[in-house]
Amino acid sequence: MPDDATERTSSPFVRLHNVIKHYGGVVALDGVDVTIQPGEAVCLAGENGSGKSTLIKILAGVEQATGGEVHIGGVRHTTLDPRVSAAAGVMVIYQDFSLFPNLSVAENIAFSRELTDGEKFASQRRNKQLARKVLERIGVDISVSERVENLSVAHKQLVAICRALASNARLIIMDEPTTALTEREVRSLLGIIRKLKDDGIAVLFVSHKLAEVLEVCETVFVLRNGKLVADGPASEFDAASLTRHMTGRDVPDSPPSTAQAVQNLLLEVSELHKQGAFENVSFSLREGEVLGISGLLGSGRTSLAKALFGLVKADSGTMKMEDNSIALGDPLAATQAGIGYVPEDRLTEGLFLTQSIVRNVSVGRLDSHTSKGFLNLQSLTGEAADWLKRLTVKAPDIHADVKSLSGGNQQRVALARWMARAPKLLILNGPSVGVDVGSKADIHDIIRELSQQGIGIIVISDDLPEILSVCHRILIMKNGQLTDEIASGTIDETELTHRLAS
Amino acid sequence: MSKQFWMRNETLVALVIILFCLFATASDPRFFSATTLSDLLRASIVLGIFAIGAMLVLVSGGIDVSFTAIAVFAMYVSTVLTLGTIPDLPWYLIFTLSIVIGAALGALNGLLIARFGLPTLIVTLGTLSVFRGFLLTFVGSERISSLPPGMRDFSRSMIARGTTEAGNFYALPLALAALVFVVVLTWFILQKTTLGRCIFAIGGSVESARRVGINVRAIQFFVYMYAGALAGLAGIIHGSMGRMADPFSLVGLELSVIAAVVLGGARLTGGYGTVSGTLLGVALIVLVQNSLIVVGIPSTWQSVAIGLLILIGTGLPAWQAKRAAERAA
Ligand SMILES: Nc1ncnc2c1ncn2[C@@H]1O[C@H](COP(=O)(O)OP(=O)(O)OP(=O)(O)O)[C@@H](O)[C@H]1O
Ligand SMILES: [Mg+2]
Repeated sequence: MPDDATERTSSPFVRLHNVIKHYGGVVALDGVDVTIQPGEAVCLAGENGSGKSTLIKILAGVEQATGGEVHIGGVRHTTLDPRVSAAAGVMVIYQDFSLFPNLSVAENIAFSRELTDGEKFASQRRNKQLARKVLERIGVDISVSERVENLSVAHKQLVAICRALASNARLIIMDEPTTALTEREVRSLLGIIRKLKDDGIAVLFVSHKLAEVLEVCETVFVLRNGKLVADGPASEFDAASLTRHMTGRDVPDSPPSTAQAVQNLLLEVSELHKQGAFENVSFSLREGEVLGISGLLGSGRTSLAKALFGLVKADSGTMKMEDNSIALGDPLAATQAGIGYVPEDRLTEGLFLTQSIVRNVSVGRLDSHTSKGFLNLQSLTGEAADWLKRLTVKAPDIHADVKSLSGGNQQRVALARWMARAPKLLILNGPSVGVDVGSKADIHDIIRELSQQGIGIIVISDDLPEILSVCHRILIMKNGQLTDEIASGTIDETELTHRLAS
Repeated sequence: MSKQFWMRNETLVALVIILFCLFATASDPRFFSATTLSDLLRASIVLGIFAIGAMLVLVSGGIDVSFTAIAVFAMYVSTVLTLGTIPDLPWYLIFTLSIVIGAALGALNGLLIARFGLPTLIVTLGTLSVFRGFLLTFVGSERISSLPPGMRDFSRSMIARGTTEAGNFYALPLALAALVFVVVLTWFILQKTTLGRCIFAIGGSVESARRVGINVRAIQFFVYMYAGALAGLAGIIHGSMGRMADPFSLVGLELSVIAAVVLGGARLTGGYGTVSGTLLGVALIVLVQNSLIVVGIPSTWQSVAIGLLILIGTGLPAWQAKRAAERAA
């Protein structure tokens, strides 16, 4: 490429040509062409495991392409490493955040910037100044001296976003930046993206929330099985056509659930109280009922969910499963009473990343497959494989490490583990976080199926269409209290949004 | 004072040290004297330098158990070399030699760990035996008590010595200055340089570090080389102050050193550790090793006491952190 200034300014910021990536025998990318203009907002869509994160890692220099050309800022890079890529202005917000839990918010935000600036000496004062400036820019209030390990998932995600903003980026890549954020924070993030665009910074956006995608992006690239299957201006796509390109099939909108026949009482919670988290929470759940709990960030919904499973000890109140009271703050008692809990932060809590997929699923089922002290490995593995199939986990081999799966497929493995335990009551905190549209529908079908088998389910989610489509009853939580109870079918999305915010 | 202050290991360890000294003084008023203090300081020097190196390695997310073997190797080889070539070499050149040998052996650890990605415990367990075996087999297994004059000069050099008005004799050896130098240098690297922050970063998450563009291998290499250099220094100080180059000494001290570091708040899982905490941990271990007898506990109980301290000193903050997390959730 000639060093001609005019040619440079008119050329795209990023040009990928015929990029190929193999992981051993797995073809993650198969000849992909992508261009991104300066200041352009681009969306990368695709099912779980279609190669989105892989493409991002190649741009960031974390992985080397097996073949093809990578041009950044008009320069062809044959070997790219994270430092070179960052110096060229590419910043990534990773799916798993990639933060340093042991360092402060300020240091996490400033780290990349310090490295690209080539600072030899560290200054906490400088870090804090920078961090405060960036946090202010996106209108978030987090203490800059707090250690990142003490933050909630949503705050971690915001710190990761701030880290990218703190550098002099020309392209910010966001790999599912909104999975842990609630509606309001997503709004402000979309606002930030628009502002970045005005500043001439390009944004590459990956998300399974298609409405978001179409709202902010000008150009769309769709990947399927590592191949580019469609691209063009966002105005030419709608949610349905995008889904069709991603999956190669039509995914019908799931119908709202209808109220079902009265069943036996399963769970009765009364006057559950926890200082500073929630107060006076009373509700009951019948067998086969799907109960939704929604609320804004900080409403206490996650604390409540954890308290039900005993991960957090409530100060007072009672909990009864099938008329037997359960000790508070005792996960073992909860498990024995038949309660299962799928945490919100499945990528970082709960999975054994360096263990095989099968082991991750079957870890809770060892007892049921043991007779006379011997483990029946065959039936154990068979059962796990069955669940993996039901949740359509895309893996070359069920004995591969979980860490070689794509983010969305890791989520499914965590789901499979809990579903395999066949609990009487399943608490799902964000059941479809990070899962693509096609399989979201699959997961919803499974929830309905479990409910028909008489399993009680509590779904905690901000995804309002999801709540409306799977739940029989919806509880709204605000400032630690249940403020509203809604029977499904009596309300639509706009009305629900309204009630949540009011 | 804030809650966090009371939850820190440093605070707990400092409290235990103060309590211990109060008890000791109560049972024997002579304990609280310049003599005791200077004796304890002397005993802390070698352990302290080791501990600073071990802390750095723990912060980076690894563990090094080979440093005692490196120390003896460096000390003995530099003594033998000096005696065999220029016996009159001044002490600082003998020290430099020992530090360079230590750094070279540390670099070998670093190479195996950074280049080939081998687990740090396995590598350093292996090199511990190899360095020691090599020394005893090929260099020598005899104690040398006629040291080069340079080393004897060093052991006689004092920063201060004298007798207090109460008639207590005290002496602060030059070696103490070495400890102070190491402490200041390491603190500076860890807190004030980007290199130091990168060490914390790789201890927190190697993958994240790689993704922000930290050269993880180079940092690891540095860490093990630095720990090796400190071991070389500690070794030669040990030899000089003990007036003997003993190839059988020091090895076996690893666990006490790591215990001191862990007591001082460094975590075996990496990413956490401070110079001040490490020094407090060393102070506590040295007190227990040397003065348990003063409070009326037989010295055979030493290891029990150290074990209990580790259990309490590291268990308590962990338990408190767990409770705090539960409350916050
Ligand atoms: N380290 C690895 N080793 C082996 N295979 C891998 C590795 N990383 C990714 N893959 C495979 O490459 C393919 C693409 O994965 P990628 O993470 O890019 O998907 P994705 O589009 O980001 O999906 P998601 O929406 O679930 O995050 C998957 O089949 C995955 O199993
Ligand atoms: Mg991904």
